Amino acid sequence: MIEVIKDWCKGCDICVRRCPVHALETSDELNKRGVYPPKLKEENECNYCRLCELLCPDFAITVVAEERKEESKSGLIIGGVANEV
Amino acid sequence: MKYERDPVRIRKVLGEKVQFIQGDMAVAYGGLLSGVSFFGGYPITPASEVAEGMARLLPRVGGCFIQMEDEIASIAAVIGAAWGGAKAMTATSGPGFSLMMENYGYAIMTETPCVIANVQRTGPSTGQPTLGAQGDMMQVRWGTHGDMEAIAYAPSTVQECLDMTIDSFNLSEKYRHPVCLMTDGEVGHLREKVVIPEEEEMPLIERVEATTDKETFLPFAESPTTGSKVPDFPTFGSGYRTYVTGLTHNDKGFPKTDKQPDHERLVMRIITKITDDREEMTDVEEIELEDAEVAFVTYGASARPAESAVAMARAKGIKAGMLRMKLCWPFPRHIVNKVSKQVDKIIVPEMNLGQMYHPIVEYSDPGCEIVLAPKIGGEMHLPQELLEMLEVS
Amino acid sequence: MVEDMINANELREKYLRDGMLPTIFCNGCGHGNSLDYVFWAIEELGIDMDDVALASGIGCSSRIPGYVSADGLHTTHGRAIAFATGIKAANPDLHVIVFTGDGDATGIGGNHFIHAARRNIDMTVILLNNFIYGMTGGQLAPTAPKGSIATTAPYGNIEHAFNISELTQALGAAYVARWPVFYPYQPIKSIKDALSTPGFGLVELMSPCPTAYGRRNKLGKIDALWTWYEDNTMLMEDYDRIMDYGTEEEIAAAKNKIKIGVFQHQERSGFFGEYDKMTTRLMEQDDAKWGV
Repeated sequence: MIEVIKDWCKGCDICVRRCPVHALETSDELNKRGVYPPKLKEENECNYCRLCELLCPDFAITVVAEERKEESKSGLIIGGVANEV
Repeated sequence: MKYERDPVRIRKVLGEKVQFIQGDMAVAYGGLLSGVSFFGGYPITPASEVAEGMARLLPRVGGCFIQMEDEIASIAAVIGAAWGGAKAMTATSGPGFSLMMENYGYAIMTETPCVIANVQRTGPSTGQPTLGAQGDMMQVRWGTHGDMEAIAYAPSTVQECLDMTIDSFNLSEKYRHPVCLMTDGEVGHLREKVVIPEEEEMPLIERVEATTDKETFLPFAESPTTGSKVPDFPTFGSGYRTYVTGLTHNDKGFPKTDKQPDHERLVMRIITKITDDREEMTDVEEIELEDAEVAFVTYGASARPAESAVAMARAKGIKAGMLRMKLCWPFPRHIVNKVSKQVDKIIVPEMNLGQMYHPIVEYSDPGCEIVLAPKIGGEMHLPQELLEMLEVS
Repeated sequence: MVEDMINANELREKYLRDGMLPTIFCNGCGHGNSLDYVFWAIEELGIDMDDVALASGIGCSSRIPGYVSADGLHTTHGRAIAFATGIKAANPDLHVIVFTGDGDATGIGGNHFIHAARRNIDMTVILLNNFIYGMTGGQLAPTAPKGSIATTAPYGNIEHAFNISELTQALGAAYVARWPVFYPYQPIKSIKDALSTPGFGLVELMSPCPTAYGRRNKLGKIDALWTWYEDNTMLMEDYDRIMDYGTEEEIAAAKNKIKIGVFQHQERSGFFGEYDKMTTRLMEQDDAKWGV
């Protein structure tokens, strides 16, 4: 599971391009800046390595391991993309 | 180790109560007595002796002396130290003072208490390094870009070098403002008797530390504890997590650079916190002014021959007097105006081609004649020269 | 593994100032990464942010303290290290971290930078090197590679670039490392080491500037820019091995690479450690003299 603070995303796509297991893709929903934030693919092999979280220059991504989903602070997680946190 | 002011140790380190020392050394003494715990400086004639004194004395009371790489770094480190909780100072002369101008403005904008001793020499440029002058009286007021008010003392004696360093710290702490001690090469290198004041003879003012709620505290707004326009000071490390910037900022300290009212409000508070108290902080000496018909209005080293000239004139029956501005900025406009209404003529001896002359003209009664007595080239006025100016009045 | 660690949301909540994000940095700029790595280093060391003081000068990198929930002095151009020296002198208990850029630290502020490194002043300098003056719109930096284009070098840079890490190493600084921002773990480790080593610690982070440098030098979008960095950097250990045992071609190629890695890590007393020893000695000697 990844949570994205969508309006902090500037659309650099680093997370999408650098994911070691190609688990991410750009979503089709424009944010306030006019870019498409990332989301997890429907089918993905995310292993919670957290590289996308570390490589995001804009503090926009949080990787949440499945077992920790309950504790996640942000609600409204839709299709792997959280609304504004 | 963190510095703690120890008045007993300080006096022991300073030694004899009455000493015969240079003006520059007296500045260092005054700093030590004020509780300076950081001095950053760079060698420059005729101010180096201040740094040398500090290098010798400060480590023995637990303070920190660093010879920085230049004057820009010196004032920068001083401002940093002030935010770290220190009383901090530097000393320099004209060329170094010119280099400090940007960060002097930064200290004003960020409301940082600190003291700059400027042992003035002549210019432009390198000029006459070993000779005194009053070359920076306007630079201290107008030298940094933008709008501001200055606080600047001008000592005339070695004792005043010591006393006014303490006064400078007091005003600096009170107003959260950089204060300049505008001494000069003459007074700086002069040796005279000084008396080291007892603790009770030199009340110290300390900055008002922030104590209110950390979430709602405003580091750049009127004080919630005193109601004054001077904000309480959130020393770094005290948990206030303050952001300090030279950019135009809001009360919280964050940049707010695009709206006219924000800038005007901030700058006007920083200026009026000082000018509101102009009369209260006025520090002048009036000599033989009661019945004077002609008066010197002067300051610093120039006041010494002027005072002699007044005595010589009085002996000849000339009704001469003198107003000596100990605090030149903020300009004591109300006092100068009062004197100008009383006397027919004001003579302004200065070791420059006319600097304080200009505000004196600006704030004097139009009926009073204002005459400049300039002298440049590293020599003081002779009392005889000034007496002659009184005689033609 | 993940379960043991604070998650990124919690990290943000703990270290970022409320309401300051998104950052002003351009799309793809590495400055945000650098800040993230500093947060992780501080988190892993367990440093209380009340004990941290930041200083910065002018430029993109110098806006970073504004995003951090800690005391921060956003100062004049190039002078942050001198300001930071004063902060540390007044309160040696603070962890003083300077955020600066290549232009800020080695252009206008070069003098302060080299002297602080030479004095081994106890502070950690996070120097974000992007080869360009970004905030003012892409003027030539003292770190710009020879031949690169800047608005003030429209026909290509004819100057030699500063090698900041090697310069700092030569000055005897306690800790010196250089990493590109796309390796997250090495910078975090280096920042931790710099923070916990007495004396002057430099972590030079190669932070790509897609807007003012990459675009003008036709290095392509951010991913291509990162690839350029990968192709033009070489781990110090690899470099040394090639210099010793490589073929002529390998040696020639290696000489054109920017070395990355830990350049220096030495445990010795920093300036304020030495200063403290001196004041303690003097005060004890005075006390003995006075019979206290």
